[in-house]
Amino acid sequence: MNTKKTSLYKLHQDCNAKFVEFAGYHMPIQYSEGIVEEHKFTRNHSGIFDVSHMGQLFIYGGDELINDLEKIFPLDLKNLKLNHSKYSFLMDKDAGIQDDLIITKISEGFLIILNAACKNDDFKILKILLNEKYKMVLDENRSLIAIQGPKSSQILNEVINKVKDLNFMSGNWFLFDNQKVYITRSGYTGEDGFEISIPNNFADKLTRELIDKGSKLVGLGARDTLRLEAGLCLYGHDLDKDKTPVEANLKWAISKERISKGDFIGSDIIIKQLNNGVTKIRVGIKPEGRIIAREKTKIFNQSDVHIGEITSGTFGPSVNGPVAMGYVENEFSKKNTKVFLEVRGKKYAASICSLPFYKKSYVKGVN
Amino acid sequence: MSEVKFSKEHEWIKLEGDVATIGITKHATEMLGDIVFAELPEKGSSVEKDGTAGVVESTKAASDVYTPVSGEVVDTNQAIVDDPSKINQDPENSAWFFKLKIKDVSEMESLMNKEDYDKFAKESA
Repeated sequence: MNTKKTSLYKLHQDCNAKFVEFAGYHMPIQYSEGIVEEHKFTRNHSGIFDVSHMGQLFIYGGDELINDLEKIFPLDLKNLKLNHSKYSFLMDKDAGIQDDLIITKISEGFLIILNAACKNDDFKILKILLNEKYKMVLDENRSLIAIQGPKSSQILNEVINKVKDLNFMSGNWFLFDNQKVYITRSGYTGEDGFEISIPNNFADKLTRELIDKGSKLVGLGARDTLRLEAGLCLYGHDLDKDKTPVEANLKWAISKERISKGDFIGSDIIIKQLNNGVTKIRVGIKPEGRIIAREKTKIFNQSDVHIGEITSGTFGPSVNGPVAMGYVENEFSKKNTKVFLEVRGKKYAASICSLPFYKKSYVKGVN
Repeated sequence: MSEVKFSKEHEWIKLEGDVATIGITKHATEMLGDIVFAELPEKGSSVEKDGTAGVVESTKAASDVYTPVSGEVVDTNQAIVDDPSKINQDPENSAWFFKLKIKDVSEMESLMNKEDYDKFAKESA
């Protein structure tokens, strides 16, 4: 299969991007300034991320669709207000996570943002689960541009008026160059920011205007260090089919209302785990010193017993030290528990810590 | 002034008397990106030509550092362990990695001069 290019490919080239293949797309891993500078610029100013490889799934329908989607997602969708978003996951019958996603109520139905590597499978699964009753479009004609960091609101507002009035986890339609763009106040960096769904032919123009106003392109490398510092999961690493939302410490994203009814896919397992506890759970891990413990690093307790594994680990530029997350046996998951990480055959001390490593600065209004 | 030689693993080596100073090349740092971790061999330990003698890590990945010649480690550069970003700033000078009392000077012969290395680096990029 041919590796795809996003609408910003030419712009990435113009900005000296180093490319990698990611989920079937040529994506920029970094630009000339490098991951650390791009990371810090996002935290202190404003970074633009091309996330057009992600899936934008529009499902059209009314009350019946809401009912049917509640059988799939553990969300109180009946009470989800127009243009409001929720973080959720697509689970299998054993509550294994097939994808994590953001679902937004739009006037015609729902917009679901899916991971690039999962989007085609998700589309097939949802089509079957919804019995092909609804019009579903995995829209390849729209790009997705994220702008993140404390100056992003001001910069984007200079290009698209009134966008700064959006609350966190809510969205609306705006006009750019007479094109309808759907903008949500959201992101995956731990910073205030926006995600812009825009017709492909206008993505390059919008992005160049944002750069002119002082934002800078940031690659997938810094996206990874930013999300890890913010304690956010990466699908295929921190989340997969062998992990449930309860094990992933994401039970905050499951609606209490829906648990009491227990009528969604995977609800039997979720309810059991909420009542009886889990054997393994996702935690933050802070290595002592500078040692970096990457994915698949084994975790040991103080008696040298293997108790878990790192699922993401890197150097956090804003923390100015190593950061990691992983799964450990539940009894070792308490904050400040001393553990050891095996890196290149040697054991290094670390401790279990709360997430995030870097404190969020989202704007007002959680719902 | 002694000549600086280069290895295919992108290390540079400068011999003064029987002591060689070894580091990684500017080209290597450009390939690696921002270096955020460095591990050096222990002082007093022996290293063998083409064997592992340290590790550097960028935000993305870990890479081994090899020694282009055999010898005993007589000094290491703690400054780059404390602040690995120095390696990106001045790789072929102040950010040296370790010094070896070399065992066999003939091991230097198979290494490249600057001109050959620059050509090699360009082709392997």
